[in-house]
Amino acid sequence: MKVVIFSTCVVDLEFPNVGIAMTEVLERFGCDCYLPKDQICCGQPTFNSGYAKGTQRAFRNQIDALLSVDADYIVGPAGSCVAMIREFPEFMKDDPQYADKAREVAAKTFEFSQFLWRVLGVENAGAELDGRATYHRSCHMTRLLGESESPYALLAHVKGLEMIPLENAHDCCGFGGTFSAKEPEISRQMVDAKVGHIVDTGAEILISCDPGCLMNIGGRFNRLGKPIKIMHIAEVLNSNVDESRISYLKQMPV
Amino acid sequence: MGIQTSDKPLLERVKESEQDKFMQASVAKAQDAQHIKREDSRALLGNWEQWRELGEQIRQRALKYLPDYLEQFSDNVEKNGGDVFFAATEKDAVDYIEKIVKETGAKRIVKSKSMVTTEIDLDKRLLAMNKGLQLMETDLAEFILQEDDWDEPTHIVFPTLHKNRDQVREIFMKLGYEGDNDPMHLARFARKFLREYFLQADLGITGCNFAVADNGMINLVTNEGNADLTMAIPKTQIVVMGMERIVPTMNDAEILDNMLCRSAVGQKLTSYVTFEKGQVAGETDGPEHFHVVIVDNNRSRALGSEFQSILQCIRCGACMNVCPVYRHIGGHGYGSIYPGPLGAVLSPILGGYQAFQELPYASSLCGACTEVCPVKIPLHKLLIEHRRIITDQRHMQHGLNNLMMEAIGIGTGFPWLFRTAVRFGHLGLKPLASKGEVHAENFIKPEGSVKGGPGLVGGWADVRDLPLPPKNKDSFRQWFAKHKANQPQPGDQKANQ
Ligand code: SF4
Repeated sequence: MKVVIFSTCVVDLEFPNVGIAMTEVLERFGCDCYLPKDQICCGQPTFNSGYAKGTQRAFRNQIDALLSVDADYIVGPAGSCVAMIREFPEFMKDDPQYADKAREVAAKTFEFSQFLWRVLGVENAGAELDGRATYHRSCHMTRLLGESESPYALLAHVKGLEMIPLENAHDCCGFGGTFSAKEPEISRQMVDAKVGHIVDTGAEILISCDPGCLMNIGGRFNRLGKPIKIMHIAEVLNSNVDESRISYLKQMPV
Repeated sequence: MGIQTSDKPLLERVKESEQDKFMQASVAKAQDAQHIKREDSRALLGNWEQWRELGEQIRQRALKYLPDYLEQFSDNVEKNGGDVFFAATEKDAVDYIEKIVKETGAKRIVKSKSMVTTEIDLDKRLLAMNKGLQLMETDLAEFILQEDDWDEPTHIVFPTLHKNRDQVREIFMKLGYEGDNDPMHLARFARKFLREYFLQADLGITGCNFAVADNGMINLVTNEGNADLTMAIPKTQIVVMGMERIVPTMNDAEILDNMLCRSAVGQKLTSYVTFEKGQVAGETDGPEHFHVVIVDNNRSRALGSEFQSILQCIRCGACMNVCPVYRHIGGHGYGSIYPGPLGAVLSPILGGYQAFQELPYASSLCGACTEVCPVKIPLHKLLIEHRRIITDQRHMQHGLNNLMMEAIGIGTGFPWLFRTAVRFGHLGLKPLASKGEVHAENFIKPEGSVKGGPGLVGGWADVRDLPLPPKNKDSFRQWFAKHKANQPQPGDQKANQ
């Protein structure tokens, strides 16, 4: 199965370990991975800030780049960015050159955990990680992409990992892309509430499917001098893998 | 002061809100309690998503044929013996109401809760025009605000969410209350106090939850029953409604009431859900003189625009109850009588960008509002629309942030530029980085983190550390290229250069 990796600008700029872990996991499950060099970003930073015209070029570039390899699927390590790609058909519907391509890209793009669980039917990725962890569900992944099950389902099978539910998990962490930098006074209060709830769980590890949120929450933990280990779900599922533990779902999720 | 409650900049209001720890705790508590009640009451109904679709359809149909429904509604009000006045502006509305007050010689007015009368600043204007007039807000929360020297509401359903019971007690003591701060005792005092006003009132003013086009009736939804008294006792009644409050039929009103009560307060139905019109010949119930004032006040700006869907709003307040920004900055933080996500979308339409251009940015676009809205208004997308208009069309944004955004726009559009950014991210940010203890493991690297900088970098780093980007040789792209080259059966080399 050919898979194009949609690496996202945050992973390209900041978190190589996330991209590496994702690639290794995907390859473990038989994916032949490609990384088109012209891909950049889903366009959210500018589009969501109101620079609609200025974002058109980013949309087109991204569509061309992701389609430059004739792959079966496109997989990204960020729920928010994938949700944005899924909206491309709406943004490009009046662009005769790109409307069809936008639909094609949207139809085959999946968030990493969603792809493993829903498309590959992975039940147990074979990972082992000792520790107490909690999971931060990102707003865009749950509300815009509509994926609230796959990460929980996969994390439940990681050997040695104790998952502790997070109070007020539905509240935004205050990232919001450029919001975090444009309205720091509001964003700080939001991330502090999130940090408080995470600390209350007693977890040593914070896991999420969105590097943006992790960047926000992790950065705040560091600023406050509170200890935490920040892990993207791909890193968790790539930890101490024993392939004999791998199992597949008997019934595919609907 | 009408729709605008403060002319301070957003940042200042945010800082004031942060000082108000009581308000923040009270909002958080209310949000969490409402969360449970709302979900439970929706689950009892079942098929909530289908109800939402129905609600959306009803509201969309009402707006699509609004002129026709308004005409049908006013014909029916007149058939029922009432008068209808279309007020294009808030001044027209207030002038008309003032005229009725004068003509009827009313001395004592009772009012039930109505956001649109707050929007047109009716109370204060009437009192200013007519010194001998007495006017009483009879909704408990609005009564508290009035007695607290017309404090501004901070929520469209719970106007006094920012006040605690001790504050309420103090306010009531000025009116002769001598009891403790038990909400039950406080409410009992208010009821007795207000009951006397009701009995002597000669004019009642109410809002309107829905106006039913095909029979000219006004639908009111309350928990205190004060709106019913406001209609039942005085000889003259004035209903003030935003022009979009129309629903085509009783059936539609019933469906929306069902959704409104669950979304607003987590109840199956509130204690009082009333439909009324003027007095029916031969009966003694209801007011003898019945007036409906239909207010535009810039609502028609939204009609036919990208913002039309905001007029679907049924004022349930659920978007405020889930908003993480509202949770911290409270109603006063928005500087508008319409706070929260609804307010951030509606206020710039009704009150203009000059006054409210900051509000569309006071959102992380988390989408909680869009998800909860019973009539499926895409609130977070409308906020982006406002940003687009402000940025692309009005060029009201200046300064370094704007420059940086333009740069990001260019950087995310040209692959070679982005690759340059990946290549030089480490070097570029290195001068801003400093080493320090690592608390967020697997995140902040020993090389250090960025703790300050210009423009957006500074906004970020005011609050949190930014990991120093890895050196180019350690980037994911470099790793992938090497990894792929080492694979026994490399894929499409062209794509992986
Ligand atoms: S926008 Fe939607 S959720 Fe908010 S008050 Fe209006 S109807 Fe309720």
